[in-house]
Amino acid sequence: MRWEAVIGIEVHVQLKTVSKMFTRVAYRYGAPPNTLTNPVVLGLPGTLPVLNRAAVERAIQVGLILGCEIPPECKWDRKNYFYPDMSKNYQISQYDQPLCVGGSVEIELPGPSRNVMGEHRRIQLTRIHLEEDVAKSTHFGDYSLIDFNRAGCPLIEIVSEPEIHSAEEAAAYLNALRMNLSFAGISDCDMEKGQLRCDANISIRPEGSNELFKRTEVKNLNSVSGVRAALEFERRRQREVVEAGGTVAQETRHWNELQGYSVALRSKEEAHDYRYFPDPDLMPVRIGNDLLEQLRKNLPEMPFDKQRRYIDEYGLPFTVTSVICRNRGLSLFFEEALAHCERPRELANFVVNDLRREMAAAGIDSPSESRISARQLAALVRLIDEGTISKQSGQDVFTEIFESGGDVAEIIDEKGLRQSTDSAEIELICKTVIDDHAKPAAQFRSGKEGAINFLKGQVMRLTRGKADPAKVDQILRSLLRQ
Amino acid sequence: MSELYYESAYSLSSRLRAGEISSEAVTEAVIQRYHEVESRIRAYLSVDESDALAQARASDRRRAGGEALGPLDGIPVSLKDIIAVAGQPLTCASKILESFVSPYDATVTRRLKEAGSVIWGRLNMDEFAMGSSTENSAFQTTRNPWDTTRVPGGSSGGSAASVAAGESVLALGSDTGGSIRQPAAHCGVVGLKPTYGLVSRYGLVAFASSLDQIGPVGRSVEDVAMLLQVIAGHDPLDSTSFQTSIPDFLESLRGESDPWKLGVPKEYLGEGLDGQVRESVQSAIQFYADDVGCEIREISLPLTDLAVPVYYIIATAEASSNLARYDGVRYGYRSENVNDHLDLYFRSRGEGFGAEVKRRIILGTYALSSGYYDAYYLRAQKVRTLIRKDFLDAFASVDAIISPVAPTPAFVIGERLSDPLSMYLSDIYTLSVNLSGLPAISIPGGFSREGLPIGIQLIGKPFDESRLLAMAYRFEQDHPYSRMRPGI
Amino acid sequence: MAEGTPIDIEYVARLARISLSPQEKETFRQQLGEILEYFERIAAVDIRGIEPTAHAFPLYNVWGEDIAEEGFDVAQALSNAPDSRQDQFNVPKVLEDS
Ligand SMILES: [Mg+2]
Ligand SMILES: [Zn+2]
Repeated sequence: MRWEAVIGIEVHVQLKTVSKMFTRVAYRYGAPPNTLTNPVVLGLPGTLPVLNRAAVERAIQVGLILGCEIPPECKWDRKNYFYPDMSKNYQISQYDQPLCVGGSVEIELPGPSRNVMGEHRRIQLTRIHLEEDVAKSTHFGDYSLIDFNRAGCPLIEIVSEPEIHSAEEAAAYLNALRMNLSFAGISDCDMEKGQLRCDANISIRPEGSNELFKRTEVKNLNSVSGVRAALEFERRRQREVVEAGGTVAQETRHWNELQGYSVALRSKEEAHDYRYFPDPDLMPVRIGNDLLEQLRKNLPEMPFDKQRRYIDEYGLPFTVTSVICRNRGLSLFFEEALAHCERPRELANFVVNDLRREMAAAGIDSPSESRISARQLAALVRLIDEGTISKQSGQDVFTEIFESGGDVAEIIDEKGLRQSTDSAEIELICKTVIDDHAKPAAQFRSGKEGAINFLKGQVMRLTRGKADPAKVDQILRSLLRQ
Repeated sequence: MSELYYESAYSLSSRLRAGEISSEAVTEAVIQRYHEVESRIRAYLSVDESDALAQARASDRRRAGGEALGPLDGIPVSLKDIIAVAGQPLTCASKILESFVSPYDATVTRRLKEAGSVIWGRLNMDEFAMGSSTENSAFQTTRNPWDTTRVPGGSSGGSAASVAAGESVLALGSDTGGSIRQPAAHCGVVGLKPTYGLVSRYGLVAFASSLDQIGPVGRSVEDVAMLLQVIAGHDPLDSTSFQTSIPDFLESLRGESDPWKLGVPKEYLGEGLDGQVRESVQSAIQFYADDVGCEIREISLPLTDLAVPVYYIIATAEASSNLARYDGVRYGYRSENVNDHLDLYFRSRGEGFGAEVKRRIILGTYALSSGYYDAYYLRAQKVRTLIRKDFLDAFASVDAIISPVAPTPAFVIGERLSDPLSMYLSDIYTLSVNLSGLPAISIPGGFSREGLPIGIQLIGKPFDESRLLAMAYRFEQDHPYSRMRPGI
Repeated sequence: MAEGTPIDIEYVARLARISLSPQEKETFRQQLGEILEYFERIAAVDIRGIEPTAHAFPLYNVWGEDIAEEGFDVAQALSNAPDSRQDQFNVPKVLEDS
């Protein structure tokens, strides 16, 4: 029998705000332990939460990006459970009125080869809600230490429908989410820093069946490769259980990334009695159309849409678009340059090859951190296109401007890189070369086509590369034919 | 004029302004009185005399420099030990917070400091404000200054008793189901529970978040108005705090007004009400009708006997969640020699909380638990809507409602401890006010034959504290009760 | 309403993370049974179409702007900690699967 996996994924993403979800103390990654707290974060007696407007707006933007419905009203609930990483022993979350409902994530499966676009699919979402993050606990032998820096940081929980059918799709789903959310500046989605965390529900069923089997929840998936490995492990484990005549137990399993296996966690009878109720300390939020429109306006065109447009409108190849469209900085740079010079292919090549190479060498993430501007790149491409400088010189100029800034035209003049277009001068040089090298000239005349290359090389040498090679070729031929 | 410690804040304020007395002298008199009577009253959980005197001297220096901060500058105010003051203990009369020192100020504390008040001692209460007698304090039982064999009421029993005994000029209490009004009634002082949202809850240790309000306790309506003036107003740190303009409460006491229309809920004068309390309420009604010219209307609040279940379901449910934070991890009592974190939770909470708190946490946890939420919590919130609607409907035809505060005068210590339900039922006249978010004031309205104070409750429309205070003031002008002192 | 269902004190106390002595359990079972029986009267109210009151005076969109303000230093954060180590709150072994 062939078995199919049925996977639903819950992703928690930290939103990039300056202050925390329910109090105005700073949050940033990597600060010394317990230096980002205040009475509210520590859940001291008497403290009260105050909502962070930016967090709500960011979360709504996620909903808009993913095509969710944004209900006109949402509210805040307490999820009650005891754990040392939670200062109040309840988490402020959203239960029955989340910020976003429905929506979907467009994913891209691997193509048949690297330069061919793979299949795109949509994974439907159940909901997205906003909540507060918990503290970080580190477990030692017989004690645990708790650092509340991360506690109370705004977190969205994105819940997918169980529409994912393989570890591969799960990985594609996570990659697509990361791509979209980091592109829109919602979160950096760095899994190593815990900015994006993932739990998965998985069951298996005979392929083509609609039956629902008992599912397990796999926790502690801290990387895309971890997700892939854990789901593959769990699919195989469940199949073995079922094929041996057993039934899969509904349980929570903890993935051990280092060892590559998961273990079941014991769960108590009352473990899931969260006693949700509306948080009396917080007022509901009403989201009007004005706010929605304003937030929508501030959203960039999303990567897959951009990619389709680049391919359709500019005729760019898939590989080039998948590089530029996944990087906000590169695409902004490219589009600005394009506004000054309508040569998409040439610009794209500069961005994908030269710009990225120089950025990598300089160790920067965004073109805005370099000294080159999109306008200068546009000018450069235009000059190459007009034949004013050679492509080779163009690349040198690019490197120069990337490092030190400056104006394309000025640098070209300074360095004397302008291609010579004075035909008379080139003709004179060509004549000299033909006179000085009678043997290759004769060979060409007697039908040995290749001999002209030697003569061309000599002309280019004498013009120090400023002559347009096409023009040199044309003049040499006409002189030799005389 | 009586002793300094029994003088009203209003009078002290004008004499301070006139330079006749100093804040230091007032504060010393109060401290002196504290030493005199505290062993019999036991209203305070902690005091810091030198700190209070330092604040008083600072006030005197400000005044000498022409920089007095306002009417309450230099006036001692005591705080129920459920309101945070930076650097001071905040125990909530619980073993679980016995060693806790607040690193921050409540918003009302900050406002008092900005007004120049001398923040004096921390007052006893029922543990986490759960109770109606102050017997649920983990540390001591406060006595009623009028009869020290009786309770002062609760949960703000320390607040009412200290004001009545002259151990404080003014006090702050908190009222979740009557916890300011009932002890004020039992101790013969004035206590006001403001409209929900008028006074910030930031720094008030939560019992039931949707019901809790901080309010003033004083020996006169004027004093209560002055303290309310300082603490009322919007606070961005409390999302349930209301943005509303704050009137001049003292001024509104003396303003002219059309005769008020006063509602008398028939359900509040029925069975279970002590005869002497009924007489006091009826004579107050008579006064408003005959001497003030008020129109008296009988009104009906038909859901009155649902207030106790609805209140206790909502309050305990919220409390079960609010009190989850006391777990021995970040602060507070931690049980010794625990094996693991679960053990830590069970034992710290089992040992740190008193019986009534545990009882209510269990009840509230049950009301929210899987399978019971709809029948208890959700249903209670819906009935709450109906209870509130009854009040708002009544206010379509009356300006205020007059009623008893408690069914009987102060009872004898220990009398009701073993019967929590009968203790809960005695809150019947005060709970609905919190469920509806309304303001209400308790004023001295007479004495029983045993010489125990009896309180009268006036319930107002939302944010209509001015009118309530004016009505209370009118009553006080013509009655001697507020000016009578216990023979302690 | 859970008519006739006695409150499962063991389960609820476990949910609330409170250890109770056998005697407390017995007292509470009896007292809470009585209280809950009295509370049954709310079951008779017709609440069809009635919205629950979560707030006496609901407001909307009460929020603050995203500005970071000064918080605690480590010493303040740990000032009430029963036990701390390496600038963190120290708790006995956390059973991860509970
Ligand atoms: Mg979840
Ligand atoms: Zn979550």
